[in-house]
Amino acid sequence: MAHTGHDATSYAPPAELGEMELVHPKTFIGKYIWSQDAKVIAIQYAITATSIGLVALVLSILIRLQLGFPGTFSFMTPSSYLQHVSMHGMIMVIYLLTALFLGGFGNYLIPLMCGARDMVFPYLNMLSYWIYLLAVLVLAASFFVPGGPTGAGWTLYPPQAISPGTPGIDGGIILMLVSLALFIIGFTMGGLNYIVTVLQARTRGMTLMRLPLTIWGIFMATVLAMLAFPALLVAALMMIMDLVVGTSFFMPTMMALGEQTGYQDGSPLLFQHLFWFFGHPEVYIVALPAFGIVSDILATHARRNIFGYRMMVWALVAIGGLSFVVWAHHMYVSGMNPYFGFLFATTTLIIAVPTAIKVYNWVLTLWRGNIQLTLPMLFSIAFIFTFINGGLSGLFLGNVTVDVPLADTYFVVGHFHMVMAVAPIMVVFAAIYHWFPKITGRMLHSGMGHIHFWVTFIGTYAIYYPMHYLGFAGVPRRYYAYGETGFIPDSVVSLNAAITIAAVIVSLVQILFIYNLVWSTFRGREAGPNPWRATTLEWQTEHTPPRHGNFGKELPVVYRWPYDYSVPGAKDDFIPQNVPPEQVEMMPEGAVGASR
Amino acid sequence: MTTTLVFLVALLTVFLGWIVRQSINVRPWAAGGLQPAETDRLHPSATAARVGLGVFLAVITSFFMLSISAYNMRMHMGEDWVSLSPPLLLWINTLVLLAGSFALQRAWNAARAGIVAQVMPALLAGGVLTGAFMIGQLIAWWLVHAGGYLLTGNPANSFFYLITALHGLHLLGGLVAWYRVLSRVRRGDHIERIRVGLELCALYWHFLLLVWFILFGLLLTT
Repeated sequence: MAHTGHDATSYAPPAELGEMELVHPKTFIGKYIWSQDAKVIAIQYAITATSIGLVALVLSILIRLQLGFPGTFSFMTPSSYLQHVSMHGMIMVIYLLTALFLGGFGNYLIPLMCGARDMVFPYLNMLSYWIYLLAVLVLAASFFVPGGPTGAGWTLYPPQAISPGTPGIDGGIILMLVSLALFIIGFTMGGLNYIVTVLQARTRGMTLMRLPLTIWGIFMATVLAMLAFPALLVAALMMIMDLVVGTSFFMPTMMALGEQTGYQDGSPLLFQHLFWFFGHPEVYIVALPAFGIVSDILATHARRNIFGYRMMVWALVAIGGLSFVVWAHHMYVSGMNPYFGFLFATTTLIIAVPTAIKVYNWVLTLWRGNIQLTLPMLFSIAFIFTFINGGLSGLFLGNVTVDVPLADTYFVVGHFHMVMAVAPIMVVFAAIYHWFPKITGRMLHSGMGHIHFWVTFIGTYAIYYPMHYLGFAGVPRRYYAYGETGFIPDSVVSLNAAITIAAVIVSLVQILFIYNLVWSTFRGREAGPNPWRATTLEWQTEHTPPRHGNFGKELPVVYRWPYDYSVPGAKDDFIPQNVPPEQVEMMPEGAVGASR
Repeated sequence: MTTTLVFLVALLTVFLGWIVRQSINVRPWAAGGLQPAETDRLHPSATAARVGLGVFLAVITSFFMLSISAYNMRMHMGEDWVSLSPPLLLWINTLVLLAGSFALQRAWNAARAGIVAQVMPALLAGGVLTGAFMIGQLIAWWLVHAGGYLLTGNPANSFFYLITALHGLHLLGGLVAWYRVLSRVRRGDHIERIRVGLELCALYWHFLLLVWFILFGLLLTT
């Protein structure tokens, strides 16, 4: 056991926090509705985020039906097309991915993986969910107000967003801005919990450098979100003032629908700066938890320790820091100073370094690993493929000279869907297949899972790969119909139809996935406490699913990092974090040699 | 965005330095117990409540820094900026908020010393002075409006109303926490519970006083 380098003592430092006073409600409503248990809150977040995410999925199908078969569906008007595009984007980025990764996985996993009873401020945590739900309801309400939801695009750029003639000007845009403000307030309450729990409530022996990378990813993403979301809040408040009371923060002197507006000299560019100061870190708010989760899943299902743990942590931190100095690469065509563009192109390309470190480390973790092609592993490998693809097209767009002709074409749509839609969603699926047995005590059905995986994986490539070609052909994004546009060849029309068919198939298979979730919750095979033979603390709980308080009478004590897989000489191919060195079962000397 | 970037660079430098210190000489793969010197906890005085407040203040700082950045950028982006001269009342309001902050510090000191009788008067004074500050700000709005500086008249006016409102809203949120502490004192809760609440209130007020100094300075100098 010399290779594991343990010292003789089994001393563990005292816990930072004493035992928490948990609220143990007796009623159904107290347990499952007004719950202060982070695990229940996590499931509430997940169900709400998935529900509104499904609405966004339906919207995307409507968008695709119009693009694939223009003029066929009478319910798709130019206005409704723009509204669907706007709502699809905003819901997917903020209300699904951010909420699911941080509110869902963050709530479920932080206390369990850190070895805590619960979040440090459970009441605030509960409030966080209810404000999030309110934000979702306010957003959803915009579908039912006169004029419908906003059609300003998910970026909500002024002056278009609040100018007469833009869909949703009657109420949709206000509801969107109010909903965003509510989301940010709710998120801040949750984010306080995630950060302070990681800093203060880790169990004895759980040093920072023994934290699973899942927690590092969620932690760093929360830090980013807490600093970046205020930019969106400031922008939303200023835009509300421009719209409601007629200030001119963002609105220039302009005519609208043939009439002079009352606005004077406002700066739309100011909005873009504020929006992207939030918007670019937002990419990493979604990506960093995915990076963390995929690291842990790869290690567990390849039965190997993660390659370069410390480098992985530093890369997460470096990506987080750099993400604040690249925002203007979204604004190369906004007319800004070219030297400014050069600066941001440089910082953008520098981000590729820590990101590449992570990709290499994932691949090296798999190298000569005992790879188990389980569903979480399949989705994780799919993530690596997709992320590399999306990342490489990002190198194109990061360069000003390449970006200028490609800006606002389908190349951009293909790029960002690969890198921050499909890639993180692959991790969401990997994580659900991985942790579902802990959450419900049952395994997801493997057959349905495999159909879900292959159709989703191949299908998403059938959707987004061709979009890069469309971009090279100069097809602009956000257009309702192209009509008789000279430079658009016929092949674009047939390609759009093919993409739509692929999108419909991929969407349909998600119904199978949801059916699998419901079916397996009640009928799935019993999972037992640790079906993946994993090392992290959530798999070592006394009960599966874990009860309120997570662990038994005593909180676990941690003696090792979470990546002790296939330790040479050890009898089992994994050693849980809470097993002291003296309790590790070793193979007899001769057997060690034979096994090597 | 320079203002915000300076703040972020400072914050992230401290954060990165801390993470590097925790990780540079560590062997994550080494199993076994830990020596007491190897623990990587924050300072012993960093309770969950204090760390929580610290994180929250970082978020609010980011919020106000971004507001200030927007102020500076908008000032230079159009040719319509006409500075407004803040009314003299703002100086008096500043003194009132300073006194409110001081009163809450006294309440916190009294709780730390275990002198329960001194807590209530100082706490009440803190709340009343804060209320007076906010009424004073409303009067300042009225004065500015009466002076012809309308909300929509000029971006400088718009920002004046916006940033004073944002600051006031944060104080209003603080008053909710203040009321909770007041209720604890009236219920006769244990002095230790009261002390924790008072500490958070006092620190929050000092922070908002500092924010007000910066915002007021911005209004005076631009």
